[in-house]
Amino acid sequence: MSLILLAEQTLNGLQFGVMLFLMAAGLTLIFGVMGLINLAHGSLYMVGAFAAAGMAAATGSFMLALIASLVAAAIAGVLIEMTVIRRLYDRDHLDQVLATFALILIFSEGTRWVFGSFPLFLDKPSFLSGTVTLPFNVEYSVYRLSLIVVGILVAIGLFWMIAKTRIGIRIRAGENDREMIGALGVDISRLYTMVFALGAALAGLAGALIGAIQSVQVGMGEPVLILAFVVIVIGGIGSIKGALIGAILVGLTDTLGRFLLPQAFALILEPSQATSVGSSLASMSIYILMAGILLFRPKGLLGGA
Amino acid sequence: MKLKQLALAACTALVAAGAQAEGLKVGMITTLSGGGAGLGIDVRDGFMLAIAQSGRTDIEVVIEDDQQKPDIAVQLADRMIQSEKVDVLTGIIWSNLAMAVVPSAVAQGKFYLSPNAGPSALAGERCHPLYFNVAWQNDTLHEAAGAYAASAGYKNAFILAPNYPAGTDALTGFKRLFTGNLAGEIYTKLGQTDYAGEIAQIRASGADSVYFFLPGGMGISFLKQYADSGVNLPVVGPAFSFDQGILQAVGDAALGVRNTAQWSKDLDNPVNAAFVESFQAQYGRLPSLYASQGFDTALLLISALESADVGDQDAFRKALEAADFASTRGDFAFGANHHPIQDIYVREVIKEGDIYTNKIVSLGLEDHGDVYAQNCKM
Repeated sequence: MSLILLAEQTLNGLQFGVMLFLMAAGLTLIFGVMGLINLAHGSLYMVGAFAAAGMAAATGSFMLALIASLVAAAIAGVLIEMTVIRRLYDRDHLDQVLATFALILIFSEGTRWVFGSFPLFLDKPSFLSGTVTLPFNVEYSVYRLSLIVVGILVAIGLFWMIAKTRIGIRIRAGENDREMIGALGVDISRLYTMVFALGAALAGLAGALIGAIQSVQVGMGEPVLILAFVVIVIGGIGSIKGALIGAILVGLTDTLGRFLLPQAFALILEPSQATSVGSSLASMSIYILMAGILLFRPKGLLGGA
Repeated sequence: MKLKQLALAACTALVAAGAQAEGLKVGMITTLSGGGAGLGIDVRDGFMLAIAQSGRTDIEVVIEDDQQKPDIAVQLADRMIQSEKVDVLTGIIWSNLAMAVVPSAVAQGKFYLSPNAGPSALAGERCHPLYFNVAWQNDTLHEAAGAYAASAGYKNAFILAPNYPAGTDALTGFKRLFTGNLAGEIYTKLGQTDYAGEIAQIRASGADSVYFFLPGGMGISFLKQYADSGVNLPVVGPAFSFDQGILQAVGDAALGVRNTAQWSKDLDNPVNAAFVESFQAQYGRLPSLYASQGFDTALLLISALESADVGDQDAFRKALEAADFASTRGDFAFGANHHPIQDIYVREVIKEGDIYTNKIVSLGLEDHGDVYAQNCKM
């Protein structure tokens, strides 16, 4: 095992982590501000990817495709917030889970209706393809490197927005005391719609960015959704900073676990046994991480005291 | 999500009185929703095309969606056997679903014709007189790939597959006929979509070729990421990751890849030419491997129905065993365990106009059966 390989894997873990952050940020914002468990967040990720693939096929431009993913996911978010989600804020979590699960089914079958059952094509732009040689001779994909940069920029933007802008103040106020900011004259339902649209747009952006190197197909959102939930539970539900730390922890644990565990077992077991035991354990690693963190911090790393 | 389709109405009393056989009811359980729907839809469309072309009005097909979930497949099978009273079951795509449904269906005296899944357990010790596989035993295409990789002169292969029974079967199959060394062997998570970690290991491994079995969306993700990684080793795979349904989503990343299959669009026989043309005319897309398997399954069923009545189980079984039909893949026969003995081809991904598709480059394995047949006692 060389250091170059380890460095490359660490970058992979980081890239995976920042993309998870895009998903988890919206999820944790929506939960923090509105107290809503939104299972349909994965569907918004899918909507973003399909919108991007559709726009890329029509125009050939990746930038337009990214814009389409943001706009389409935000619109879809606003629509479901105004028609369905709004009625769920006062209900208990079971009702929310049931209703948003129904939304998953509606989105999946609706997408199949419009786009068909076969995966769509979405490619990264040509100026981001190929590899670049980083210091210490690490060869790395340009596209993945740009994903890391985009993810970090979005994270900085979010922190700035929440710390410095008026809407950020309202979001923080909404997290602390919903009734009070309503009493102070803030239009709560507009704030909710805006937060939901923001979360949806971030999910849609993640869908489009990831869709370019993975497959754009119905049902692509649900596996990511599960990981995003793990991330916000680790980070502390409602905390954006916690989501960032959680996402990077999960990204690194998953990537390095899949890489290192089979090698570690190879020291004590036969090669074929080691790969199978190691990879089984690796797929559990993030859940073990989550259980371990919850054992010591039941509300997550940065969860409210 | 009930998708019940009476393909061809039951015949009128007059026709029934005139026909010598009583007709046949088929229950098709396949995946029509979720990520794996493309495969089930192709099998269904191929199957129904053959039934429609036969002009027979005495075959009724009941189609249900298993959502790729074993528990739902089992419920559907129970309902089809007990209340729909079907004679023949077919349609299942995934091996884990087949393992849940097939043993109990054949134990209840129903025929099962598999258009896709071929788990090794059902080919060996747990084979059954009423179970027929019209596609392949799971190992088959991987064995052909191993043989091809050896004959292409690869000496040091890096191999990977998902960590589930069919993935283990795949790597076992590949290793059975591959004579070189292994630079690495990885089991990935089932449903994994990011392969950056695996690709980094391939880069560092010093391999001279890569073999992977990653069906459906997993294969699309892997190929796109592999093409972008700057690793230029030649890739070999089974047809599942280079099939008509997903090639358009992979794009240029798949061009030139060699893959192994028992069928190809350009296979030169009259049945296949007519099948490709009529499938395209009917559904507006090129048929896939899975569509050809659905089509062949229906042809087999029709051929058996022509010489025997399904009410006479022994006669009908013998008629199926005879496999007296012209398949889309040319010569086709059943081995002792009711699994195909057939030619496996090596194909290459090419671009025809704007469409990505496959063309045959050579014959991989001739009249190839499977190793589990020797464990089958029936």
